Amino acid sequence: MLTKRIIPCLDVIKRRVTKGVKFKNNIDLGDPIEMAVRYSDGGCDELVVYDITASAEHRPIDIGMVRDVAQAIRIPFAVGGGISRLDDMSRVLLAGAEKISVNSLAVKNPAIISEGSKAFGAQCIVLGMDPVATPDRTHFPSGYEITVRGFRERAGIDAVEWAKRAEGLGAGEIVVNSVDADGTRAGFELTITRLIAEAVSIPVVASGGAGCSAHLRDAFNIAHADAAIVAGMIHTGEFTLERIKRELHAVGVPVRMTW
Amino acid sequence: MIAIVDYKAGNLTSVRLAFQALGTDAHVTSDAGEIREAERIVFPGVGAAGSAMRNLSDLKLIDALKGAVASGKPFLGICLGTQILFDVSEEDGGTPALGILPGRVPRFQPADRWDKVPQIGWNQVRIARPHPLLEGIADGSEFYFVHSFYPAPADSALVIGTTDYAGITFASMVGRGNVAATQFHPEKSGRIGLRLLKNFVTWTPSIELPKEKRV
Repeated sequence: MLTKRIIPCLDVIKRRVTKGVKFKNNIDLGDPIEMAVRYSDGGCDELVVYDITASAEHRPIDIGMVRDVAQAIRIPFAVGGGISRLDDMSRVLLAGAEKISVNSLAVKNPAIISEGSKAFGAQCIVLGMDPVATPDRTHFPSGYEITVRGFRERAGIDAVEWAKRAEGLGAGEIVVNSVDADGTRAGFELTITRLIAEAVSIPVVASGGAGCSAHLRDAFNIAHADAAIVAGMIHTGEFTLERIKRELHAVGVPVRMTW
Repeated sequence: MIAIVDYKAGNLTSVRLAFQALGTDAHVTSDAGEIREAERIVFPGVGAAGSAMRNLSDLKLIDALKGAVASGKPFLGICLGTQILFDVSEEDGGTPALGILPGRVPRFQPADRWDKVPQIGWNQVRIARPHPLLEGIADGSEFYFVHSFYPAPADSALVIGTTDYAGITFASMVGRGNVAATQFHPEKSGRIGLRLLKNFVTWTPSIELPKEKRV
């Protein structure tokens, strides 16, 4: 049986992993390479590394860091931040990443999804999206609007429509990162995660809000996510990946138990 | 020396890094001469079967690959590399492939809407028959998969390991003689995947000629 993936997320600023709530109040958590190794040894199924200020600083992603992560771990990882051209994608893949995550820049230029998918294969192209709940059902039938630039701007696009469009353009996977749940550790936003999982036939990754194993269980069993991103709950040391997996295994969620 | 065959079908960095982690000399190449001279061949790849076959033809690698298989050298297919060892892939409306192994490569047709295509993630491999590449690897170990199509060998004797997905049991590892091939990615499958690659590095295939062929 295909197991549900648990994916630690490393938000990196200047080669240090940081964690903030709703992109604010960032605190230093450690060295990204050391943390990648620790989580890989600890049983994570994949990793995602975001160079979170690359986009805002109008600079390419820190390729040296991508290369160091690739040298250090033998499991797949995705990289995001500052990827706006095919050339950026190519450099990230050659440095050893498996997947490229595009978000704001894909909203601005959706062709990057199809170009990347054609050049490197759909399995390489992950669409990250940051939906926020809205009462305006006239313009946003799903009840969720896409935001961009680290939640700072509304994009005027319906979240489910955008997911379907991205699938059509050749995205291989979609990460649904709820603006409302991000950093709260109060649970994933199950409604939009499920709406998107129902709308597309590619895998969907729940993101934002993980605080305990039951939150992951709900993302898998209720929202039908194929994978879930964890950050704060493991970065603080409150949970280990092994404990999360043991607790999920105990309630019947298929997870990888040996590594 | 191990030759990792580069035919512009995806990124070979993680394959190279995995052999590097084992301390093995592995060289990425698109050169037919280097493939002929190599002691072992790794034939990886991701992407679409049609463009992969075109690239192999454009790079004039088809004869070199078939020659390597015929020579008895240890040969390891991975993912798309495995798929195009078969007669035909059903990708792009039917793509004739290398015909090194008998069979075809159909696409997942999930009846359950929650079984997504591609299959992405860690899934169990059940050992159908013992194989030197699986030495030290427990039955039911999980490996990392990323694929929409799967091998359907015409001869069940080819099956080394099986995996369940989208309502079917498919051959996730196949082989015959000096050829072994995985649908999963050993190079991205952590410690267990490295063990398989380590087994490949020391593998000496026994002469195992197909029954129907005369010596």
